[in-house]
Amino acid sequence: MAILVIAEHTNAALAAATLNTVAAAAKIGGDIHVLVAGANAAAAAEAAAKIAGVAKVLVADNAAYAHQLPENVAPLIALLVKEQGDKGYSHILAAATSNGKNILPRVAALLDVDQISEIIAVESADTFKRPIYAGNAIATVQSSASVKVITVRSTGFDSVAAEGGSAAVEAVSGSADAGKSAFVGEELAKSDRPELTAAKIVVSGGRGMQNGDNFKLLYSLADKLGAGVGASRAAVDAGFVPNDMQVGQTGKIVAPQLYIAVGISGAIQHLAGMKDSKVIVAINKDEEAPIFQVADYGLVADLFEAVPELEGVV
Amino acid sequence: MKVLVAVKRVVDYNVKVRVKADNSGVDLANVKMSMNPFCEIAVEEAVRLKEKGVASEIVVVTIGPNTAQEQLRTALALGADRAILVESFEELNSLAVAKLLKAVVDKEQPQLVILGKQAIDSDNNQTGQMLGALTGYAQGTFASKVEVAGDKVNVTREIDGGLQTVALNLPAIVTTDLRLNEPRYASLPNIMKAKKKPLDVVTPDALGVSTASTVKTLKVEAPAARQAGIKVKSVAELVEKLKNEAKVI
Repeated sequence: MAILVIAEHTNAALAAATLNTVAAAAKIGGDIHVLVAGANAAAAAEAAAKIAGVAKVLVADNAAYAHQLPENVAPLIALLVKEQGDKGYSHILAAATSNGKNILPRVAALLDVDQISEIIAVESADTFKRPIYAGNAIATVQSSASVKVITVRSTGFDSVAAEGGSAAVEAVSGSADAGKSAFVGEELAKSDRPELTAAKIVVSGGRGMQNGDNFKLLYSLADKLGAGVGASRAAVDAGFVPNDMQVGQTGKIVAPQLYIAVGISGAIQHLAGMKDSKVIVAINKDEEAPIFQVADYGLVADLFEAVPELEGVV
Repeated sequence: MKVLVAVKRVVDYNVKVRVKADNSGVDLANVKMSMNPFCEIAVEEAVRLKEKGVASEIVVVTIGPNTAQEQLRTALALGADRAILVESFEELNSLAVAKLLKAVVDKEQPQLVILGKQAIDSDNNQTGQMLGALTGYAQGTFASKVEVAGDKVNVTREIDGGLQTVALNLPAIVTTDLRLNEPRYASLPNIMKAKKKPLDVVTPDALGVSTASTVKTLKVEAPAARQAGIKVKSVAELVEKLKNEAKVI
């Protein structure tokens, strides 16, 4: 019995979410193999080999995998599983990132098994917990599939140590480019602040910020706290900030030590993305706002006065 | 070209659902149902492609109970040409849905299939990708821009760090993200006209698809409730609490 973890990486480096996924694999139990599929991904493979608890790293280095196109990567994973046969992989895990969500269901269908999305807890090797209805219910699901294909919500598992392991690195040959899709380009938002899903403190703004310029108040506070900056869907839809800052059911799921919601009413959609934060602070001038029902500390005040004052005190 | 759009009937997104006392699921009796918001965006995109002269026919399909005809009629009122209901009263997993959709794709031979990126009830985010695997078509998931150019479709996708653009060979599968478009409302005359548009009903058996599943739900619980918080009076008090009580800054 072995578990195959699909590494989340940028070819040059491993993404933090991989460490949470390995943690979930460790809870299931069994040998943990990590697949690094990419192009010139030696650095990412080396990092994967150092993860505590990893037994083997498989590297598929091929130009076809450079941008993780699912039409190319999914058949590779399915082939690795099929080659091993009945004694091979019992589980395939990937982080529930945009990449993992893109590739893994395609793998599941190629293997003709159901997939379990965004698990937050491992009950046993075949039973898992996952949120449904925007986090308003938690389902316990059991799989009888020969290969369990699962995406892992990073905030549900504490990451394993990035150092301390010394796994063997083995090259695997992949299939050729499927020729169905091609990477054209990408436009990544630049930010010096901590990555939203990994930040210990997150400061988020909503429609109450009134415009994009006013987000400077939050950036300034965030820099002082070493925090990431997020936003509600209302703020993104209004064009205040880019959509990769969105926290919620349809955006990113965060669970920092401290979440400060500024000018956010607290719609179900938004709460789904942040209600597992350890401490929630709400600053809103409407004392009836639903956000106060989940906030540990609420301050009914005008954010344009409270935020600069807060920055001055911390 | 022909565009196939898959829609799902789900609990309305404004409804705060309750877990049943016996933990068998959530209570959906007498709860308002609607078209999944991401599916509305999928229908809108198809209609816009038709208005641009790119699409010639829009077929909308759903899998569910008889009542899901309401959502098909909504899609017809928004501009779809005809509808297919695959009638099934069980709650199906994404793989079964993808297999049923594959059978419909085989029959209809669309050049483009548009689905929502996820349904807000199961929150799975799987069906479009699975349909991609079963049909062998390329997939453009989490689309915020779709441009058909010749025998390819360029899809701009929302990824964790920003945006990515891929070029897919047609036929292809696209799943919609929120910012792809703003869905229109159906006008009353169009709602009336939609009642006359064709709506076929088929069964999974007729499509030759088995909907057996390897995953079963053991129980459904309410999430752990958060402890009620307190309201502080000033920024100074807030900072004091965060430092000394919660110890998070």
